[in-house]
Amino acid sequence: MKHLLSTADLDAATATSLLDTADRLRQALLGREVHKLPTLRGRTVVTLFYEDSTRTRVSFEIAGKWMSADTINVSAKGSSVAKGESLRDTAATLAAAGADCVIIRHPSSGAAHRVAAWSKGDALDGRGPSVVNAGDGTHEHPTQALLDAATLRDRLGSIAGKRIGIVGDVLHSRVARSNVTLLATLGAEVTLVAPPTLLPVGVGDWPCRVRHHLDAELPGWDAVMMLRVQAERFAGPAGPEGRFRGFFPSAREYAIGYGLSDRRLSMLPGHSVVLHPGPMVRGMEIAPAVADSPRAAVLQQVRNGVHVRMAVLYHLLAGAPQ
Amino acid sequence: MASPRRARGDQADPAGTELLSASDVARTVARIAHQIIEKTSFDAGAATRVVLLGLPTRGAPLARRLGAAISDFTGAAPGVGTLDATLYRDDLRRRPTRSLEPTALPEGGIDDRLVILVDDVLFSGRTVRAALDALRDHGRPRAVQLAVLVDRGHRELPIRADYVGKNVPTSRAEQVEVLLTEVDGRDTVLLRRDPGADTAGAAR
Repeated sequence: MKHLLSTADLDAATATSLLDTADRLRQALLGREVHKLPTLRGRTVVTLFYEDSTRTRVSFEIAGKWMSADTINVSAKGSSVAKGESLRDTAATLAAAGADCVIIRHPSSGAAHRVAAWSKGDALDGRGPSVVNAGDGTHEHPTQALLDAATLRDRLGSIAGKRIGIVGDVLHSRVARSNVTLLATLGAEVTLVAPPTLLPVGVGDWPCRVRHHLDAELPGWDAVMMLRVQAERFAGPAGPEGRFRGFFPSAREYAIGYGLSDRRLSMLPGHSVVLHPGPMVRGMEIAPAVADSPRAAVLQQVRNGVHVRMAVLYHLLAGAPQ
Repeated sequence: MASPRRARGDQADPAGTELLSASDVARTVARIAHQIIEKTSFDAGAATRVVLLGLPTRGAPLARRLGAAISDFTGAAPGVGTLDATLYRDDLRRRPTRSLEPTALPEGGIDDRLVILVDDVLFSGRTVRAALDALRDHGRPRAVQLAVLVDRGHRELPIRADYVGKNVPTSRAEQVEVLLTEVDGRDTVLLRRDPGADTAGAAR
């Protein structure tokens, strides 16, 4: 594996082996005082973030450091990007400076694919850095989908045949897109529930069911993944409650239709799990009591995120170059 | 140069020559268990001081068998676990990505215990070196010993085994293959010529 750009590039065997590697890494580090493996000694991992992030950047940095890679963080603020440098020049600079892996988050869909294509360029003799997509616009966020799958496997034992709901702002969600693809590849039955205004064009072709009424679906689910309403990405004329721009009338209205309340939690089967990719907006898509309940796996997702990202770095950087 | 053929009696057999039969494997495991008991003065009091750590894949079932044999012979069970040293190997960059195997240390860890590493074949010694490095990150054993089913020579590092089931002089172009019921469905040790006889980093 040279790059990780999209969950659509992962077949079931590759995805499963990434999840298995993550499990093994967790075992290898379990109960140890020293969280350090020598595996990626001398490899350089650069995180290049054009958008804000806590979880993803921190867990990639921890993952790299725990495997003894040298990790360097570049954020658009405070780098040459602020002086007007193009993505292509920034990527070429990082490659020339000796990065073995560039982890990129960018507001434009497809940015990671572009960087990966340039990484094959003549100037680098085809040996440019590996590229990991850490979120590109509203397109994909593959490591998030992998850590969600790891968490579901921990909590439910397996993924094949499980019924999983994804609820909320699917339109702006790269997490939803990556998850639908990966979970379908792993054999889960995925249902999207969202208001019609928050579904992307072409969602009918995704490997999942699409519904609009949450209450009817809840009793059949083994797990539910709540999505954040990404109001900062909403575009269009201002509606009655300005920042929601007509996608839905108000936060309260949204919570009534699509928020995971205490009442809705009790409609889920007893064994079911609640996931949220974070950051959570409590009271909007998820009620505070639900977010803090033992059924919610939010912090387990973050912990798995470190092991899954270690597994990705291991698969990209540890073996012989292709 | 003629390849250093060993007395085998038969023609080059694609299935390989049997070095140890199923009953040989059972006897060898029992003998190593006795040697461990003798060398470590193993008794009920020592049970908590000794930990057998198998190196996956086939060292892991061997460690479990040795643990069971020791507990049959003495009535006291040593700690048994597995230790995957893949992340500590020095040849990761020379091969396609290796998949990782489970690691499970026994309750109580390895601090101040006598750790006996268990593997099927001792060859270059590099796996054992990686395991020693991995151990260092898991704790500080009182001492570390090594038990192997087959020692086939060709060491590349100053490493030797404390318990050896069978010494087998081999050429680098040969492959020693240990099959165990838990992994392969049957117990046997085979010697075969490596078809892609490439001296560097052949089998294990």
